[in-house]
Amino acid sequence: MRSPAGSQANKPRHGVGVVLLALAIAAFLLTFLLLPVATVVVTAFSNAQGGFTLAHFSAFAEISLMRESFANSLYVAGMTVFFATLLAVPLAAITARFEFRGALLIQTLGVLPLIMPAFVGAVAMQLLFGRSGSVNLLLNSAFGVSLPLMEGLNGVIFVETLHYFPFILLNLAASLANIDPAMEEAGQNLGSSGWRLFRKIVFPLALPGYIAGASLVFIKVFDDLGTPLVLNVTNMLAPQAYLRVTSIGLEDPIGYVICVILVLFSVAAMGGAWWFVQRGDFAIQSRGGVSSPRRKLSGSQSLLAYGWIVAVLLLVLSPHLGILLLSLSKVWSFTVLPEQFTLLHYATVLEDSTRMIWNTFLYCGLAALLDVVLGTAIAYLVMRTQLPGRQLLDHMVTVALAMPGLVLGIGYLRAFRGVELPWIGPLTASWLIFVIAYAVRRLPYALRSCMAAMAQIHPALEEAAENLGASRWRTLRRVLVPLMMGGILAGFVTSFVTAAGEISETILLTSRESLAPMSYGIYLYMQSISGRGPGAALGVIAVLLIGLGTWLTHRVAARHASHDVKGSAP
Amino acid sequence: MKPVAVAVENVALHFGATQVLRDINLKVEPGEFFALLGPSGSGKSTLLRLIAGFNRNQAGRVLIDGHDVSAVPPWQRNVGMVFQNYALWPHMTVAQNIAFGLEERRLPTADIKRRVAAVVELVELNGLEQRRPGQLSGGQQQRVAIARTLAIEPQLLLLDEPLSNLDAKLRLQTRQELKKLQRRLNITTLFVTHDQEEALTTCDRIAVLDQGVIQQVGTPLALFDHPQNRFVSQFIGSTNLFAGQFLAGDTGPSFASPALGLLALPSVLVAPSEPSEMAFRPHAVRLCSAEQPALAGHLQLSGVVHHQEFLGAFLRYEVRVGSALVLADQAHVRGQPSLPLGTAVSLLIPATEIRFIAL
Repeated sequence: MRSPAGSQANKPRHGVGVVLLALAIAAFLLTFLLLPVATVVVTAFSNAQGGFTLAHFSAFAEISLMRESFANSLYVAGMTVFFATLLAVPLAAITARFEFRGALLIQTLGVLPLIMPAFVGAVAMQLLFGRSGSVNLLLNSAFGVSLPLMEGLNGVIFVETLHYFPFILLNLAASLANIDPAMEEAGQNLGSSGWRLFRKIVFPLALPGYIAGASLVFIKVFDDLGTPLVLNVTNMLAPQAYLRVTSIGLEDPIGYVICVILVLFSVAAMGGAWWFVQRGDFAIQSRGGVSSPRRKLSGSQSLLAYGWIVAVLLLVLSPHLGILLLSLSKVWSFTVLPEQFTLLHYATVLEDSTRMIWNTFLYCGLAALLDVVLGTAIAYLVMRTQLPGRQLLDHMVTVALAMPGLVLGIGYLRAFRGVELPWIGPLTASWLIFVIAYAVRRLPYALRSCMAAMAQIHPALEEAAENLGASRWRTLRRVLVPLMMGGILAGFVTSFVTAAGEISETILLTSRESLAPMSYGIYLYMQSISGRGPGAALGVIAVLLIGLGTWLTHRVAARHASHDVKGSAP
Repeated sequence: MKPVAVAVENVALHFGATQVLRDINLKVEPGEFFALLGPSGSGKSTLLRLIAGFNRNQAGRVLIDGHDVSAVPPWQRNVGMVFQNYALWPHMTVAQNIAFGLEERRLPTADIKRRVAAVVELVELNGLEQRRPGQLSGGQQQRVAIARTLAIEPQLLLLDEPLSNLDAKLRLQTRQELKKLQRRLNITTLFVTHDQEEALTTCDRIAVLDQGVIQQVGTPLALFDHPQNRFVSQFIGSTNLFAGQFLAGDTGPSFASPALGLLALPSVLVAPSEPSEMAFRPHAVRLCSAEQPALAGHLQLSGVVHHQEFLGAFLRYEVRVGSALVLADQAHVRGQPSLPLGTAVSLLIPATEIRFIAL
């Protein structure tokens, strides 16, 4: 007899089709995720004869530039986490704990930075906050001082902080909102209040969310290639790896050593965060029916809250405004604002770069499609079958989250060197490699989205279809996928927009200009002073595209949340 | 410690436009085990949370041990509350959960240790002190929640549906343990529940709430035997209720019911002072053969068996009388067959079991 509905352990059967599907997905992940990474790691530890050696690592340690780059990368990632925390914590506290009319404002704040790739905003930030940027020109004329906000590493920290603080904000706000109000009430009931209550109950319970966000910020910044390159900061690890591989060549072992270090730190940061969340045993945090009680803000608190939000909003919007101004300006240097405006840059871009825009749609569209198909299939295998080892697929995908784009890019170049495909030609110099590279690194997001959607669907809905004569495949198509459509669409758009702003893999894999997507075009334009205008124009187009996609995701998600037919699991 | 009294005087509370509590008046005696019983949305939990200090009343006052606590924040009330979902902190061990309130009271470490050990002993959690809440069963979690509350030696114990997250068998056992514990500690206790059986079996007195209004306060027996209104009579136990008019004729009283017809009532019954419904409990009905002669001091009805349910200790019949269905519970004796559907029967109800409940 089958156990009652609701338990997940009631699907004992799996057919040949399920096994083949699982094997095909495993083969894809092995080939395009694990093989390239393994190639990079093996190369870092191999001598000329193919034997094991640590010589490359000691060579790395002997180069003073490498030691400096290593320290700089750690410093920049650490400082970014610090400043991002400063920005995010008050905002999260305001939304989750107080009656506040500007909740939408804060949500917007959480999304705005993410729709603008950090390396695109970096140039605009230099024009606004650089040594002779608008802010310093104003400060200099008014007070005779200037702030070194964009000098060297400061610039990277500043740009990355503004770009990545939403990761902490969103995670922390969610985990604060998820604390059962009874947890706090029980503390009050037993005599605790104010700061002590916060320190002993609220803070420890919200910590997992903060750690998750902070570790993500650390990884992203530690691995980032585009922002330092655009800001011309090369004494960091990722730019060094890129420069070694592109200038010395794919044979240079130091590049691989750097890649291994990037992977190790990313895996350690993610693993550490995971360990922390597991250890706390926060699983029983079931929310009661009561909605979270919010405190009223007093007059002065309100003023403080709004002041903080407006200040952050101005900062967050500055790269967007800057890039818009830049795209419209004829000349902009040593002045607070551009002196003459023009639409010429847009004309240039539309004339020269339609190919790039088309390429972006092609690569990102196909990659996102591949992601949701794989995501739905893996979600199904993990959540709806009893296939032995199915969790392994989930774990493999999660690994992709910790893989720097730079490392995968170098891995593809090295592992698939000389691989020729019929019709497509050399794999590493084809459009296909972009699709695969984009899809693999965004698969974790698409998978989470699909799994969340599937978790909402009570297995009884599928059992009802099977009971009425639908096969497993028909049930998947007619019941499961339609009910999951909101999550699938959200996964598609997330994959698409994050791929559209991708730069690390892109600059490594762009072998000729006809293959280049928009992000490469922006990067290329930004290399020369005369190209900054068109670069910014292309950037504005990219931001509009990504912004539109993000807005659509929210729309779809909201609509699917409102028509509530899913019969969520008890 | 001397048990304290709780008084709720003219309390009203609304959330926005929704009136949740209206003119609540209650007196809970020192050491009493007192239930707030009502369906969901009746305001019983709101009232409990008001006493704990988590809700603010817009009118009236709450007195604990004679002191008005309306302005006292929850953390200074020394009122222990056990939450429905226990609200155990997952990041602390059992011992840390229990010690929390004592640490907040800045007790010396030695005292804290001693008191934690004492309550752990009291609720029989020995050996589980270093576990985390997630590693405990539902019943154990509930005992940790109680231990955590008792550790602070509260002047008042508030229980918010403490049994609702336990399975049926454990619930039965736990409610007995809870009662024994309450007797032993002699602590004034307020117990919120929607389960009439729980309230009837455990509590000294019960306040029945519906739609933010106290319907009746009394001992379990008083509520069952003398419900003051339709709601209480139906919420506590089952009841046969019939609309109609009491007629005091020359030949004796009678009851004109649209559903049952004109019934001759036993002469001992006196007319109710206001328009009322006639009520009697299903277990007060005796089913006899249709030829049963009239019996003094009883109301007699004739009907046909319409439906029956076997509930083990008794059979519950639905008997069609006129256009109404009357419930009649008959004790079951081993080997006795049930009456076939369609059997014509007489229903006898002793006059003492008949009540008139004001509309």
